[in-house]
Amino acid sequence: MNKKYLPLAATIAVFVALFVTGGAMYNNFLSTLVLGNILADNAFIIIAAIGATFVILSGGIDLSIGSMIGLVGVCMAVLDRMGWHPLAAAALMICFGILYGALQGFIIDFCDIQPFIVTLAGLFLLRGLCFMVTLESVPIRHDFVDLYASAKIPLPGRGVLRSSAIVMLASLALAIFIAHFTRFGNSVYAIGGDKESARLMGVNIRRTTVGIYAIGGFYSALAGVVYALYTSSGYPLAGSTLELSAIAAVVLGGTLLTGGVGMVAGTLFGGMILGLISTLIIFHGSLNSAWILISSGVLLFAFIVLHRFLVSSFDLRGTS
Amino acid sequence: MNASAGPAARVEMHAIGKSFPGVRALSGVDLTLYPGEIHALLGENGAGKSTLIKILTGALDRDAGEIRLDGEPVDFRSTGEAQTSGISTVYQEVNLIPAMSVTKNLALGPSDGAFGIISWRKARAAARQKLARLNLDIDIEQPVGTFSVAVQQLVAIAHALDDDTSVLVLDEPTASLDAQETATLFSILRDLKSRGMAIVFITHFLDQVYEISDRISVLRNGGLVGTGLASDISRQELISMMIGRELGEVEATFAHKASEEKGTEKLVARGIGRKRTLEPFDLTLHAGEVVGLAGLLGSGRTELTKLVLGAIRADSGTLEVGGKDVGRNTPRQSLESGIAFCPEDRKAEGLVGDLSIRENIMLSMQAKNGWLRRVPRKQQERLASEMIDALAIATPDAEKPVRQLSGGNQQKVVLARALASKPEILLLDEPTRGIDVGAHAEIIMLIRRLCEDGMALLVASSELDEIVAASDRVAVMRDRRKIGEIAGEDIKRDNIIRMIAGEDGGQH
Repeated sequence: MNKKYLPLAATIAVFVALFVTGGAMYNNFLSTLVLGNILADNAFIIIAAIGATFVILSGGIDLSIGSMIGLVGVCMAVLDRMGWHPLAAAALMICFGILYGALQGFIIDFCDIQPFIVTLAGLFLLRGLCFMVTLESVPIRHDFVDLYASAKIPLPGRGVLRSSAIVMLASLALAIFIAHFTRFGNSVYAIGGDKESARLMGVNIRRTTVGIYAIGGFYSALAGVVYALYTSSGYPLAGSTLELSAIAAVVLGGTLLTGGVGMVAGTLFGGMILGLISTLIIFHGSLNSAWILISSGVLLFAFIVLHRFLVSSFDLRGTS
Repeated sequence: MNASAGPAARVEMHAIGKSFPGVRALSGVDLTLYPGEIHALLGENGAGKSTLIKILTGALDRDAGEIRLDGEPVDFRSTGEAQTSGISTVYQEVNLIPAMSVTKNLALGPSDGAFGIISWRKARAAARQKLARLNLDIDIEQPVGTFSVAVQQLVAIAHALDDDTSVLVLDEPTASLDAQETATLFSILRDLKSRGMAIVFITHFLDQVYEISDRISVLRNGGLVGTGLASDISRQELISMMIGRELGEVEATFAHKASEEKGTEKLVARGIGRKRTLEPFDLTLHAGEVVGLAGLLGSGRTELTKLVLGAIRADSGTLEVGGKDVGRNTPRQSLESGIAFCPEDRKAEGLVGDLSIRENIMLSMQAKNGWLRRVPRKQQERLASEMIDALAIATPDAEKPVRQLSGGNQQKVVLARALASKPEILLLDEPTRGIDVGAHAEIIMLIRRLCEDGMALLVASSELDEIVAASDRVAVMRDRRKIGEIAGEDIKRDNIIRMIAGEDGGQH
């Protein structure tokens, strides 16, 4: 098997192992009902993580994701109060997300600044805007929200695919297409693999970098839309530290933080592993939420160490 | 001036000039490339080869001169523009993405539309076609990093070649290839040449120059020293063009010590070597003796010094320092056993630019002392001012950041730092690189003085006259091998050049 699939295989193995463990411990765990719920409950994290996958594949990082989710939520809620249709508000916010992401990408490349610091500025800036818009939780009361909450596709067994899960899967399909079947996607891997070489091979670094962060912004904003519809409200603190969960999902999904290696599909499983851990601990009943974070942390740690060993197998250049 | 009856020139670069802040990188350089010819471009580090090539390929703007392509003046503003006009470059380091497959690497590049959809079926066909041009048959789905460097080099060439490529520039393509891999590359270059391509071949392996090139140009210090058909330039003339610079002020003013006057053996290396880096060599350094290391760029001068120091880990041989067997040492052990080292690239390996002279001098002493036993400030200051006086470092005081000193004075700080640990053996790699003539002479005098004080010195240099002026004994290097030693009155420029040229026929 091609070595590049090893991290993804490890991710899927962990997911299946956790799922089967759950099934052995609790009745009714190993079912499409649980699976469907995990997909729906974690849809916004996974959507945000898909965008972050592009950024991390290129060797960058995006810390503005959580604040973007919060800002999209409060704006949608306020626009709803002003009488906008949620879909129109969503379209506006997604456009904003793309533009803001593109701006971040431009600053990163044009000024040659670390993505960490540029998107950290974005984290503060966007969160500040949230508080400008509103200081309290604002409900979204529109018929469309009810429609969104009730729409579902039945799965075999008792499970259902809810709207959030459907949006997430559709956006995943789009991301897989962009990453693996376009020149742009190929360039993203090249920049993450070796930026200087990519430049010398004729890759347009600026256009690609702007595109990468624009995609990041698109997926963050989409995650914000899904989160707002899922909770049917906007809250200025929503999505705090969510960027870190998204990064964790990407890394658990087999993408190397150093960039250049990984697959978008892995992020789906990475996000689901995080969801599965919380579901398992909730099923257990007597363990508190501290254990969700502790086990996520331990697993993340184990994966990073695993990657460290896998990455050396890609580094096969001559020893001279 | 041009070869009279030959075909029309494809590229004519005329009177090219380029300056960087404080440095004149190129002045008045001409280079003419003919179709169906391989043109070797030679010169030591910093001679201006890369700058010239970057100007040709649009990576750098020129300050003066003009470039004509097929007779038409051109002015490339980016490498992309040059590539579109048919000038492709393969840079020194293999420029590919190791974790990506061969197909994906070959699909990279300036393309039509950012969101262009890739059909991997077509991309694979295109990749196979590109590789077929070079007679390369490999599994294109494997990551590039899993192939040998030679194959990677060929893939990089395949990436650079388009249907309309008429000029191919190869910067040190054979630097990390073995003999057989080089042969493969050369047969492909000959094939491309027979199809009328103009090829620029930058290298420092003289054997390869004569094996493959039709025409040779030599650069030195940003100027063109000479150009001509390979068949018209002898090996000795070529070496003399490359390294035979006049030293001017420092002539060999001292008598080379006769071999009977040797002091005690300070360092004995037996069969030290490392695969693909340097063939095993024997070397003895005596107290009160300067041993020069002569050879062309890439002959293994730096590697030899670093093997002695332990900065490159040897995989064979043993080292004896001051009569004690130290096996294969680490730089730290070397320091403890009295070996000090001044590296070639003082900015990257020798000095911390933002720290003061005093702090830089203290670095290796502190390392020797261990981090817990801090050297008292008083003692530091005394030592620093001693060194400033002893080496005549031009500075108002010891607290000036090293970055603000001139090249020559920076080099003296490197020396001061090495001397601060009171070494018995001093290894100097290119002690006079990039410093002006006056400082140059001072450093040579300093080397002689240290030697008279009983220190054993090893001086690696690309400047032959410097070696002749400073050494009691000279070890000559060629093709990553120590090929011999000369001592005493035999140390003459011509003798060394003859050895480097390899009068025995110069096999690879």
